[in-house]
Amino acid sequence: MSHYLELSQLAKVYPTPKGEAVIVKDFDLKIAKGEFVSLIGHSGCGKSTVLSMVAGLNEISGGAVILAGKEITGPGPDRGIVFQSPCLLPWMTAFENVMLGVNQVFYTAARIERREIAEYYLSIVGLAESMHKRPGELSQGMRQRVGIARAFALSPKLLLLDEPFGMLDSLTRFELQQVLIELWRREKITALMVTHDVDEALFLSDRVVMMTNGPAAEVGDILEVKFPRPRERKEVMEHPDYYRLREHLITFLEVHAHKKRKLVDVPPAPSGGSPIQPEAIEPQRFCAA
Amino acid sequence: MNKTKFDSILLPFVGIAACVFIWWCVAGKPVTKQVRDDFGDVVTVTSRVGISADLPGPIETWHKTRDYILKPFEKRGELDQGILAFTWLSLKLVAQGYCIALLVGTPIGFCLGLSKTFSKIFDPIIQILRPVSPLAWLPLGMVLFSSVKISDAAGHVLFGAIDAAALFTIAVCAMWPTVLNTAVGVRAIPQDYLNVAKVLKLSRAKTLCKVLVPATLPYMFTGFRLSLGIAWLVIVAAEMLTGRPGVGGFLWQQYNAQSFAHIILCILTIGVVGFVLDRLMSVVERRFKAV
Repeated sequence: MSHYLELSQLAKVYPTPKGEAVIVKDFDLKIAKGEFVSLIGHSGCGKSTVLSMVAGLNEISGGAVILAGKEITGPGPDRGIVFQSPCLLPWMTAFENVMLGVNQVFYTAARIERREIAEYYLSIVGLAESMHKRPGELSQGMRQRVGIARAFALSPKLLLLDEPFGMLDSLTRFELQQVLIELWRREKITALMVTHDVDEALFLSDRVVMMTNGPAAEVGDILEVKFPRPRERKEVMEHPDYYRLREHLITFLEVHAHKKRKLVDVPPAPSGGSPIQPEAIEPQRFCAA
Repeated sequence: MNKTKFDSILLPFVGIAACVFIWWCVAGKPVTKQVRDDFGDVVTVTSRVGISADLPGPIETWHKTRDYILKPFEKRGELDQGILAFTWLSLKLVAQGYCIALLVGTPIGFCLGLSKTFSKIFDPIIQILRPVSPLAWLPLGMVLFSSVKISDAAGHVLFGAIDAAALFTIAVCAMWPTVLNTAVGVRAIPQDYLNVAKVLKLSRAKTLCKVLVPATLPYMFTGFRLSLGIAWLVIVAAEMLTGRPGVGGFLWQQYNAQSFAHIILCILTIGVVGFVLDRLMSVVERRFKAV
């Protein structure tokens, strides 16, 4: 299968007074069309940096990102982004926030068609009733729903998700994962998601890319997740392979949290806190489904 | 609940009453005495006594100024009008100068906030010009606009150097809060909002009116409110120096005429109008902050 998105030798280097700080280096990843890939790693390992380079919001220091045969040089609406915070403009209603993007992408379409697109996606994410409210009147979960609707409404070539559910409570997170996976299945958009939640990565992805710890982070290991789709959370969790895959991910994260990095000319950043993200092993996650 | 309402109405009155009482104590009171003059005749002499003998007391002030208050729009002469007629003249001038200040100040603020280079070039100049008093700007305005003269058919000057100088002074002095607050507001726009504009590839014009301006509005309105306060402050100085009819011009003329009651009336009017303007602007400001 041809590669739809290709990250080759991608690097991010920041110049500092003490020399160059290498955040990411030699990052190679090939993603097929319609695939859902998660990037997992510890906080600060550079996974969000990789994502924002693909988004075009962060300058690429070395290597290239090629999407559908074209090199990415800057941001653009061909990549729908769901940020960690929903990033809605607070002076516009949910509908207007979605319309802002729709107007930009489908500027040739008639006004009524554009309205229909925005209304369609907002209804799918469950906001039919409250699409004319301002973000201030919506809950955190509803705002993120608007963020998802906005990304999908652009009919992007690529969907980029930067810890999209990181700020939500567990129950809302489960609901929104369901919303996301259903929309993704309908639209078959290639997706790249950054997360530090092991269960989220397993539930949503076709492949999970584990990143080594920064500085100079790179691809550590890639895990194929072959649960049948469409997926049900309960079925996934009861799948005989589930705990083996989960163990694999957690072991990788644990090992790399303790491993001292070599080959770097700057002192390693102080590694923060516990080796495993606490929410990833919270006991409630097992029974909540 | 009732008590707080009661307090918020009654307590300000206590303050006002206290001030009026102090005023009354300080003010001079007329004392009439019967004395024998050098020729041995009995004459009635009225003299003023008190800490500030020439200052009229509250009741005296009322008696002397009631004509101006009770017939607020009467025009007896160019510099002898009802107090609201004067206020209206002053407000008209303030409105013009204030509009110029906003029209010039807001774009400058945007440029300062958006461009680091622009900010580095002009920030020192702004910091130097900002503290210059209106009294200093006015003569410069007179020189700058000395050739301005717009007359009507009959030869009456409609808009002369004095008017231009007054407008210039108001605009220059009132501009700074708008400039600085807008610049701060633009710099404070969250990166998130700018990312949205970048990702959607909004054009410059669209980014400006869909993202930058709405995100800066709360700051801009704080600037607008402060600017209006300064514009009203400057008007009095401008009118005093130019002798234009208005609250400030009236005040200066009455000082020259040694009519102190009218000065007090002017001061109170200026204060009340300034207070009302500030309230109105803060209502508008709050509407934009609520978003």
